[in-house]
Amino acid sequence: MSPMLLVILAIVLAVVALLPFIHRAYTQRRPTLPGEPHVGRERPSLVETRPSDLRDSDRADVEAELPAQSPDERQPPPSFLERLGKARSVVSGYVGSVLSRSSIDASTWDELEEALVRADVGVGTATGLIEALRERAETESISEPVALIAAFKADLKADLEADRSLSMAPEGQTVWLFVGVNGVGKTTTIGKVGRRLTDQGTSVLMAAGDTFRAAAAEQLGTWAERCKAELVRGAEGADPSSVIFDGIQKADARGIDVVLGDTAGRLHNKVNLMEELRKVRRVADREPGFVSETLLVIDATTGQNGLAQAKVFAEAVDVTGVVLTKLDGSAKGGIVFAVQHELGIPVKLVGLGEGADDLVDFDADEFVEALLAHDG
Amino acid sequence: MFDSLSDRFESILQRVKGKGRLSESDVDEVMREIRLALLEADVNFDVVKTFVARVRDRCVGEEVSKSLTPGQQVVKVVDDELKTILGGETFAITYAAKPPTVILMAGLQGSGKTTGSAKLAQWFKSQGRNPLLIGADLQRPAAVEQLRTLAARIDVPVFSDSAGPVQTARMGIEEATRTGRDVVICDTAGRLAIDMALMAEIRQISDAIQPGYTFLVIDAMTGQDAVNTAESFHQTLALDGVILTKLDGDARGGAALSVKEVVGRPVAFASTGEALDDFEQFHPDRMANRILGMGDVLTLIEKAEQVYEEEEAEVAARKLLDGTFTFDDFLEQMQQIKKMGDLSSLVAMMPGVPKEMKNAQIDDREMARVEAIVYSMTPQERTTPEIIDGSRRVRIANGSGTSASQVSALIKQFGEMKKMMKGMAGTGFRKAKAKKSKKKGKKGGRVTPSKKAAATRVPFELPGR
Repeated sequence: MSPMLLVILAIVLAVVALLPFIHRAYTQRRPTLPGEPHVGRERPSLVETRPSDLRDSDRADVEAELPAQSPDERQPPPSFLERLGKARSVVSGYVGSVLSRSSIDASTWDELEEALVRADVGVGTATGLIEALRERAETESISEPVALIAAFKADLKADLEADRSLSMAPEGQTVWLFVGVNGVGKTTTIGKVGRRLTDQGTSVLMAAGDTFRAAAAEQLGTWAERCKAELVRGAEGADPSSVIFDGIQKADARGIDVVLGDTAGRLHNKVNLMEELRKVRRVADREPGFVSETLLVIDATTGQNGLAQAKVFAEAVDVTGVVLTKLDGSAKGGIVFAVQHELGIPVKLVGLGEGADDLVDFDADEFVEALLAHDG
Repeated sequence: MFDSLSDRFESILQRVKGKGRLSESDVDEVMREIRLALLEADVNFDVVKTFVARVRDRCVGEEVSKSLTPGQQVVKVVDDELKTILGGETFAITYAAKPPTVILMAGLQGSGKTTGSAKLAQWFKSQGRNPLLIGADLQRPAAVEQLRTLAARIDVPVFSDSAGPVQTARMGIEEATRTGRDVVICDTAGRLAIDMALMAEIRQISDAIQPGYTFLVIDAMTGQDAVNTAESFHQTLALDGVILTKLDGDARGGAALSVKEVVGRPVAFASTGEALDDFEQFHPDRMANRILGMGDVLTLIEKAEQVYEEEEAEVAARKLLDGTFTFDDFLEQMQQIKKMGDLSSLVAMMPGVPKEMKNAQIDDREMARVEAIVYSMTPQERTTPEIIDGSRRVRIANGSGTSASQVSALIKQFGEMKKMMKGMAGTGFRKAKAKKSKKKGKKGGRVTPSKKAAATRVPFELPGR
C-alpha cells in the first residue's frame, strides 16, 4: 500500500492545488443569475443512473395515510402540554431535584444546565441562560428553589417572545415557501398548513417544488385532495423554480389566496443545492409573486446541527420562521431556543403528530412549562 | 462529517502536544474542552461524563509511557477511548447457514430507512449476493413505490402485499425462499419509540421473520434523544447494529457515538451521499482518526486501489515528482480522481491538510472550468505552457469561455504546483516514508508548501513491497 498512499496524496493535492478558484468558491458564494444553467443536483440524461430518489429520506414527508375525517368531527387543536406529557421525564427529574432541596447551591445550577443540555438547547445557549438567571437570583436575592424555577420559566418565556403571525403579502400573490434538510417533514407540514387555511376559508394552491423525489409530487397531491387545494406539479427532474412560478401564475390568474411552495430536502452544506434554493426564492418573488413567509422546517430530534441549518438557510433564503415537527416524540426540541436566541428566528408552528390537525401554533408559555415541568 | 469535532480536538491537543509536562490545570482545561466539544457534537450527556472521567483517570493514572510526552499521551488516550466508544471492530455480516439471511430495518420517521434499504441491497449485490427487498411500509402510500423505483435501478426484486405489514413480511420470506434469494431486507414504516401500538407491530414483524440482523436507522443530525430512541428500539427488537445516515451533512454525528456506549451496539454502515453506492461499512478506527484530525488514509487508499493500476499510479507519481507532469497528465489524473469520489470528501480524508482547504467547498463547476481551459490548449501548449503568450492566452480564454486572467492564473498555479511537488519529493515524502518504517504510522508528512523551503532534492524512490 505504501506507494499507493504517496501517489494518491500527491495527485489529489495536485488537483486541488490547481483549482485557482477555490478560494473564491468558499469565501463568497456567487449568486446565480436567473438565466444561468440549472445549479441543482446533477441530472445525467440516462434514467438508470439518475441519482434522484436515492437520497436519504424525505421519509417524514410521506407519512401515514390518514382516515378521512369530516370537518365537524374534528376535535379542537390539541394543547401542547397534553401532547408532550408522555415524554417529559428526562428533564423533569432535574427540576424535581432542584425543588426538593431547601436552598439553592452549586448543584442547582449544574442540574438546570444539564436539564437544558439534555433537551438539546446546547451548551452555549444553556450557559448563557443560566448565567443570566444567576445574576437575577443575586440582584433579586432569590433563595427559594420554587421562586428560582418560577423566575427561570419567566426568563425563558421572555426569551422566546416574538411575533408568530403568518403574514400575507401586502400586494401581489402571497407565497409561503417551505425549506429544510431531508426527512424533517416539509411536505406533511404543507398538507397540514393547507388544511388549516382551507378550514378558515382561505383558498390554497400547492406547488410541488420537490421535483427530485419520485413520490413527492404524488404525496403532495394526496394532501391537496384532502384539503381541496389546487395542485401544480412539474415533470420529475423539472426545474423547481419554474414549477413554483407556474403555481404562482395560476394562483394569481384564479384569484387563489395563498401559494404553498414545497421544496426538495437538502443538506445545508451542499452549495449547489442551496444555490438552487436561492433561485427558487428569487423567482417566487417575481411579479406577481410575493414571498411573505419562508418557513424552515426543523425536526425536534435535531441536535446542535439545527443551529447550523438555521444559519445557512436564513442566510440563503431569508427565513421568517421555524416549524418544529415531531415534537410528539421523546425529543424536546430545545434547539429552537438556540435558533431564536442566536438568530432571532421565532418558531411559528409545531407538528405534534401525523394527523391533518396535529399542527398547532407555537406557544412559548406551554413550551417552557412542558420543558421544565416536574412530576408531582 | 465530524469536521467541527476534529477541529475542536485539533486545537485543544495542539496546545498540549508540545508540552513536556501537563499541570493539573492543563488537564482540567483539556477535560473541560473535550467535554464541551463532545456535547456540542451531540454526544449524549451521560456518555460524555463517563468518557471524560475515563480519559482523566487514564491521564493521571499509572499508565505513563516513557516513550511519550504527556501531551502525546493525552492524544493517545483520547484516541483509544474514542475508538472504544465508536465500537472497536468493523461490523461483519455472517450469512445464515440456511438462506436467506434476513435483515430488518427500523427507525423514526425521516431517518432514511427506505433509501437505506435500497443502499444496503446494493451493498449486498456488490458482495455477490442476491437480495430481495420487502416493502412492509404500508402506512404511507408512496413508500412501496419509492422502494420499487430504487430497486429497479439496482435490479433487485421487491416483494410487497396489501395484506398488512406483518403478513407482507412473512410472505416476503417465503417468496425469497421460493425464488432462491439469499438475502432479504425488510423495510418498515417510520415510528416513534413511544408509540406503543406501532412498536408492538414491529415486534410482530420481527417475530414473524426472525431476522438475523436488526438495524436501527439513525440520522446523523440527531441530538440527545438518539439514545432514548435506540434504547426503546433495542428493548423491543434486540438490535444488532445501527445504520447512520446523512453523514454527508456537516453534523458532528456525536449521537452515533453514544448509541454504542449506551446500547452496546455498533454503527455497522454509514450512508454518505445521495447516490445509491454512497454507502459503506463503518470503520470505527478510521472514524476515530478522523475525529482526531488524522485523516482517513485507509479509506482513501481503498478508493484509489479501485481506480488505479499500481503501475500507472507510479508513472504518474514519478512524473509529478520529477517535474515532468504536463497538462495532459493532469487531465488524465483528474478523470481518475473523479472516479474516486468528489474532491472535497477526498481532501477531508487526507492527513495534515490545512483546515481552510478542508473546509473549502470544491465546486464541480470550477473543475469543469479548469478542464475547459486545458482542453482549449494545443498539444504543444499542454506540454510546454511557457510558449503561451498574450494572443494564445486570448485564444484559450475564448475557446474555454473564461477570461485571459483566469487562464494565466491557472498556468501560474500549475507551475507552482509542480514546484511544490518537487519540494515534496525532497522532504515530505522522505519524512512520510521514515515515519512509516518506524511503525505503521497513520499520518503522512504534512504536505504544505512551506516544506519546499527546506527541500534538498533527493531522487524519488518507491519503497519496495
